[in-house]
Amino acid sequence: MSSTADLSEFEMVDDVSVHKPFRAGLPNLKNYFTDMWQRREFAVELSRATLRSQSAATFFGRVWLVLNPLFLAMVYYTLAYIVSSGRNKGPDYLCHLLAGIFVYHFFSQSMNGGAKSVVSVGKLVTSQSFPRMILPLSSVLVAFRRFLPSMLVYFIFHVATHQPLGWRQLMAIPALAMIFVFCLGVASLVSMLQVYFRDLRQFLPYITRILLYITPVLYYADAVKGKLSIFLYVNPLFAMFGAWGDAIVRGEIAPLHYWVIGAIWAVGTFLLGGLLFMSREREFAVRL
Amino acid sequence: MSSLSDFDVDTDLDLDSSDESSEAALSRKLFKEKTSFPAIKVSDLCLTYRTTFEKAPTLRSTITRFGRGERVVNTVEALKNVSFEIPHGTVLGVVGHNGAGKSTLLRAISGIMPPTSGQISVHGKVSTLLSLGVGFNTELSGTENILLAGLAIGMSRAEVAEKQKDIVEFAELGKFIDMPTRTYSSGMSQRLAFSVAVHMNPDILLIDEALSAGDARFKVKAQAKMKELMESARTMVLVSHALSSIKDLCNDAIWLDHGKLMMHADPKTVTDAYTDYMKVGKDASVVKEDL
Repeated sequence: MSSTADLSEFEMVDDVSVHKPFRAGLPNLKNYFTDMWQRREFAVELSRATLRSQSAATFFGRVWLVLNPLFLAMVYYTLAYIVSSGRNKGPDYLCHLLAGIFVYHFFSQSMNGGAKSVVSVGKLVTSQSFPRMILPLSSVLVAFRRFLPSMLVYFIFHVATHQPLGWRQLMAIPALAMIFVFCLGVASLVSMLQVYFRDLRQFLPYITRILLYITPVLYYADAVKGKLSIFLYVNPLFAMFGAWGDAIVRGEIAPLHYWVIGAIWAVGTFLLGGLLFMSREREFAVRL
Repeated sequence: MSSLSDFDVDTDLDLDSSDESSEAALSRKLFKEKTSFPAIKVSDLCLTYRTTFEKAPTLRSTITRFGRGERVVNTVEALKNVSFEIPHGTVLGVVGHNGAGKSTLLRAISGIMPPTSGQISVHGKVSTLLSLGVGFNTELSGTENILLAGLAIGMSRAEVAEKQKDIVEFAELGKFIDMPTRTYSSGMSQRLAFSVAVHMNPDILLIDEALSAGDARFKVKAQAKMKELMESARTMVLVSHALSSIKDLCNDAIWLDHGKLMMHADPKTVTDAYTDYMKVGKDASVVKEDL
């Protein structure tokens, strides 16, 4: 063993960890997030290992990751084409649909993977001490890694159909960041609920389906008028997806209130999901 | 803590020596002498949790039950006002009937379950061997599971890589190490789990009934490894129903009964008192089987 390894060992000896009762049902947040940051390699490796076990790390595995949402987009394109009798369903609509479906797939995968994330590692939770929020986090990372190759496919369509390109497209990054934070909150929430209700995952497909229809994926955000415009406020995904679609497909910046509403939903869901998760994670060891 | 900073200065001596075990043992002994802080200090620990009778609770059953006004939530007072402390280098045996709170005590010490009231101070890096198997994704190979186990307890990738070879050698898994862990027999996953836990260079090692499934040869090897760890002045807490191994391995013992600390004394006194207490309807030879 090298001398440096030995020294670092003593630094660890130096530190006394004190386990105290939670205050207001929550662990000390500063320590919690320090712990999480120290274990970031674990979160990354866990997501990488999950991808490997889903054989998504191979070439054909990646191809499949893209084909799956692509087929989904084809189904919805056909549907939209027939319903509208072929009106206004040109290449720009196709690009809008693809960008929406791909990122929506990221959301639904985060939620699904998140639901499994705590219950599927039962032994790990009963025998090792670490901030449990790493588990839903790593399932969102898995979904994100699966999402990235589909963006490459999107840009091929985007360029091939001569859609606008410009610096405003970069606004897709903050829009995606909002969606990512929202996904983290949802994944934490459902992973915790799944511990208490093991049949929760059976209900998720209904939620994903309904949310998809009230989110501007199959249609444009600005096409929603009248009574239905309430969805801009009550559907968490509406504003985020509106901002995302405007930026990436049209190269436009969505109105300010889209960003404000989207950010409030994202941060709010993250805080709610995260705090509920942390307030319950003490019990996971005896509930699994 | 001034005693600790003194100690840091002392570590300058001969760190480049390649003889890992004796050097580590020496520095640990130095450490043990220099520090006055106990390895584990449990003060007035109470731990209560709620659990359910159902194996897999579902939304459906909850709603059905709600309609009937039934409740299946069960409050378990696993530990009640437990206090003790042990210095570095102690091998503490924990005895008690099933459900006495032994496993909960280990979970509390490792930080898996924080106390309901009271406090636990733990001095040093803890490694746990609380359930069979390494317990990660069973689709992953042994190698990948070792990496995840190490990262989970906060080691770096490089530190795990350094230990990898020793872990694999000790677990004697041969070519199975690159196969998914779902293909392992229970003895194999246990060997791997034991090997991972003891090679993580813990200051404090918590072991819960962990040696019950290995074959005779591995048990001997595991005992030898534990003795080696003891000699390098590491602290261990060992939960076992095998009283002979408590007497053999431990130099201190506690006895828990229904969450209360009944006795904290030397292993012989504790195991004798415990067997006397449990004798009612129980043959001593059953209690004294191997670990």
